[in-house]
Amino acid sequence: MSGVSKRYGGVTALKEADLSVTPGRIHAVLGENGAGKSTLIKIMAGVVAPDEGMITLDGKPVSFATPAAANAAGIVCVFQELSLIPDLTAADNIIISNPPQRFGMIDRKAQRALAEQALAAAGTADIHPFALVRDLSLSRRQMVEIAKALARRPRVLILDEATSALTAADVRNVFGVIKRLRAEGTAIVYISHRMHEIAELADDCTVFRNGRKIATYAAGSKTDTEVVELMIGREYKNVFPPKSTAARPETPALSCRNLSWSGRLNDISFSLHAGEVVGLGGLDGQGQRELLLAMFGVLRGVTGQIEVAGKPASLADPEAAKSGAAAMALIPEDRKIEGLMLPMSIAENLCFAALDRVSSRGIIDRSKQAERVAAMIELLKIKVVDPDLPVSSLSGGNQQKVVIAKWLMNDPRIVLLNDPMRGIDVGTKQELYALLRKLADEGVAILFYSTDYDELIGCCDRVMVMYDGAIVRTLEGDAITEHALVASALNISEAPPA
Amino acid sequence: MKDWRYWLAENKNTLVAIALFLFMFIIYASNHPAGFTANVVQTSANKATLLAFVAMAQAIVIITAGIDLSVGMILTLANCLASWIVVGTMGETLLGIAGVLLAGALCGALNGLIVIFGRLQPIVTTIATGAMFYGVALLLRPFPGGSVNETLADAMTGKLFGIFPASFAALIAVILVVWVPYSRSAIGRAAYAAGSAEQAAYMSGMPVRLAKFTAYVLSGLLSAIGGLYLTFFSYTGEAAYASGSTYTLFSIAAVVLGGVSLMGGRGSAIGAVFGALAFRTIGDLLFVFDFDPLWQPLFQGVVLLLAVSISAVGLLRVRNKLEWFP
Amino acid sequence: MTSGTTPVHKSRGLPAMRGVEPAVLIAFGCILLLLVVGAMYSRNFLSATYLLQQLKVASFLGVIATGTMMVILLGQIDLSVPWVVTAGAMMACAAASFGPVGAVLAVPVGILCGALIGLVNGFATAYLRIPSMIVTLATNAVTQGLMVVYTGGFSPQDSATPAMRWLATGELIPRVPNGVVVWVVVAVAAVFLLNRTTFGRSIYAIGNRERAAYLSGINTRRIVMLTFVLAGGLSAFGGVLLAGYASKAAQSMGDAYLLPAIAAVVLGGTHVLGGRGSYLGTVAGVVLITLLQSILSVMQIEEAGRQLIFGAVIVVMLLLYGRQKAL
Repeated sequence: MSGVSKRYGGVTALKEADLSVTPGRIHAVLGENGAGKSTLIKIMAGVVAPDEGMITLDGKPVSFATPAAANAAGIVCVFQELSLIPDLTAADNIIISNPPQRFGMIDRKAQRALAEQALAAAGTADIHPFALVRDLSLSRRQMVEIAKALARRPRVLILDEATSALTAADVRNVFGVIKRLRAEGTAIVYISHRMHEIAELADDCTVFRNGRKIATYAAGSKTDTEVVELMIGREYKNVFPPKSTAARPETPALSCRNLSWSGRLNDISFSLHAGEVVGLGGLDGQGQRELLLAMFGVLRGVTGQIEVAGKPASLADPEAAKSGAAAMALIPEDRKIEGLMLPMSIAENLCFAALDRVSSRGIIDRSKQAERVAAMIELLKIKVVDPDLPVSSLSGGNQQKVVIAKWLMNDPRIVLLNDPMRGIDVGTKQELYALLRKLADEGVAILFYSTDYDELIGCCDRVMVMYDGAIVRTLEGDAITEHALVASALNISEAPPA
Repeated sequence: MKDWRYWLAENKNTLVAIALFLFMFIIYASNHPAGFTANVVQTSANKATLLAFVAMAQAIVIITAGIDLSVGMILTLANCLASWIVVGTMGETLLGIAGVLLAGALCGALNGLIVIFGRLQPIVTTIATGAMFYGVALLLRPFPGGSVNETLADAMTGKLFGIFPASFAALIAVILVVWVPYSRSAIGRAAYAAGSAEQAAYMSGMPVRLAKFTAYVLSGLLSAIGGLYLTFFSYTGEAAYASGSTYTLFSIAAVVLGGVSLMGGRGSAIGAVFGALAFRTIGDLLFVFDFDPLWQPLFQGVVLLLAVSISAVGLLRVRNKLEWFP
Repeated sequence: MTSGTTPVHKSRGLPAMRGVEPAVLIAFGCILLLLVVGAMYSRNFLSATYLLQQLKVASFLGVIATGTMMVILLGQIDLSVPWVVTAGAMMACAAASFGPVGAVLAVPVGILCGALIGLVNGFATAYLRIPSMIVTLATNAVTQGLMVVYTGGFSPQDSATPAMRWLATGELIPRVPNGVVVWVVVAVAAVFLLNRTTFGRSIYAIGNRERAAYLSGINTRRIVMLTFVLAGGLSAFGGVLLAGYASKAAQSMGDAYLLPAIAAVVLGGTHVLGGRGSYLGTVAGVVLITLLQSILSVMQIEEAGRQLIFGAVIVVMLLLYGRQKAL
């Protein structure tokens, strides 16, 4: 690709970008969110058309009007958002674009054989080709997605955060597949936020920033710190604020006793003190999300007891959880689906969790609203031109700030965070880490689930590691190390028991 | 391996619809004074076939996560048109039938064009085009009247070999000629994919637009077949607004009973056919138990309300309340 | 890529103008166009008498469309309008036959019946999570069944009370029919509800993303249910006004209101999938639909032609500006 540009409305998403990928090499693309990586691959995969520039394949200029055209030319993309059809079978999905046909009808036998081949090539023979995708777990679906890409025999394979939902074993598996494809002469574009994955796989790296290509270099020729500096365009300093050592009140702000739910949460007991940042760790999908939802009153049939400030509380739904003595807040994992009303204004979004505080008897007090909104924008340094603009006009990081600010407006005493830093640029993360610590110092109890070990180590006073729906270990203070976290996450007994 | 279990999971909804129909029919047949005879079957089949065609039409569109609220009006239009042109010699009659089917397909194509290329919501689009189709029907038949080739009509509504209802045979033929090839083709699969996850289907390079368009055209075609059958039963054409909207309503009831997901992507037209048969049987139960016909609209409404409420039973099993808000 | 892909419309000014979309302006443009066309056809078209007469006709649709709009804002749809309108009219007239007490209670009884049907719609939609399109089709059928049983399949003999007639056709303000005044009151209340209350704010939130609204601690199910109750009550109130206008209730008098109500809301720029739209747009849509119908009947086009043209015009106007984003 050379000199490729793309604009959305007034925003330039990609400006004169160049990228060349070579058969038999893995090319990693790095950059913060909004750096133009997604646009770049969407252009390569034929999802959007570039405004300028050209794409050449084997030296010949090409242009793809649709993803199908790109596929036909051998360019296959595994997208970050899963592109599977939940109501079709795994086999249907894998052989979706070009099924074997007889008399104009799909030949299910031949299709099944092809699908089984692809699944075996991806190393996941445990998935039955006739299983409906809707019945598969997230990590299995991601593997189907990868098998689907393999079935198309790609010449150029683009993997966009393809390992984000996978278990550690699957990741090993996929790395094996990628390396084999490289050996077979496939050109691979690999996009990931995980530095150690890039270190293991990449031959070449290209860094994007603000829609421009910044640098291309051979893998291993720069240190992690140098790479991060290229990505964020400023010196990389310690992103985590110092931890507090102040004494904490004896009565816990919240304590859970013997919480169980539906076989996914098993007998969980812990307590949370005001002023504390407690991490939830472990491999993805060990019940961390369910625990947060259970505390917030979203799950039905939870057994066990929740006490707020020493008194038993019944939190039947989010409405109950956010009010009264609990004053709980849940920052959801998916801001677009669970946190924001994208077309509505920033001001309106900021008020949704605290409508009571900007109204009396159900009638909204506009001056009170304006005051509160301004205070929140100030507190979180949200980059806002006008609070009456739709929240969709903000960047991802600022949107996430709105989600957090919306809950802070309700003056919560207990804040639950569900992996809130996903897909956010380093600069914003740093601000949010500082904010969490500030809230804790002001007496808020924080329970913070993160899939990023560095975050847990840097932010938390205590980390509870979950495995298979239970808390298997609690690490405190200096005991929170990457080694201990990984070992506990895998439930290996070499780490000292809690 | 346990292949059959996966097959069962895939076709569960359709099988439930078949079971429901058999259950209703056994109640009906065992209480009917005439008992379970060829005549009982024929009467039921004739009444149910009409609805079955419209239900198939509706199901094919609903599978793509659309909806066609104009099926009843296309049926009415086809009825009025047929009462003009499905007459005369066998040759003329066949030409007339082709004309009616073509008209239905064109109505469906209009819906499809507006929904797909005009990018309008199917609900609003088909309510509006339904008004248009009704207008055309009214132009054709301002007053009830017309006629139909009665030889053909009697043949299509009579009995084959003195025992098997001809309308039933026609229904099976249409399923075999239209639904089976369609559902197994790449287009049909793209239609399911479009209903299940349209964006993903597009990203995977499936012919989403063609599939949705085909669905609307087939819907128009099947509604027109329903209209033809209405003409075969009644020997006349009539632009009746109430009858048109009733067929639209019943088609949705049949689709719901037939286990087709209203969110799209799940179910089959065969399920909808059995849903239609079951719904008709339920309506006929009233006569078996000697109720005043005045109560029939209420009874059918209540059955529909109960049927859709049954789908809410799944809610009791929902343990994560977020599943309420897809 | 999250930023910069959404076109921004905004304006400051009247609360009803909040988030004015081009659709609303186009709708007003079309009204002007229709007036010009009508004026070319007949001089009387621009007379105050004729326009007030049109507004009176529009006011019935306006009251009904108010409820329809709120339901559409939620991202739901109410297809039970036809028989809720009829039931409201019939029950109000039925109450009128119970002597003086009945005459006093006629209007509230009519509205209450609509609200009850709305309650069923709302409960099934909000708490049983059944798609509203299906629920409301079913309650429409049930209501029809109830009315058929009640009337024996014929139009009832009861007639409207003087109060109902006064509400629809009387003139509290000289030359301005009371129906118009009623609509203005309903409109002001609707604008206030939608823009200045937490209830209205929650309606928009639910229409945009019910899951996010629920996780924000909004009692989304109660709000959905109450909105359906409100919509049912407004539809029935429209029926009561219609019965007052015609002096009695008739079978299937509501059939003519489903498509126009939805069309008015959608032509007024309210997003069919919910979450976006202003009441001002609905007002424009209602006036537009009424004028269109009036012009078609002034031109003495028969029922068949009217249906055809009416449907076609709605499709064409929606194609002009009601399109969704491409994939």
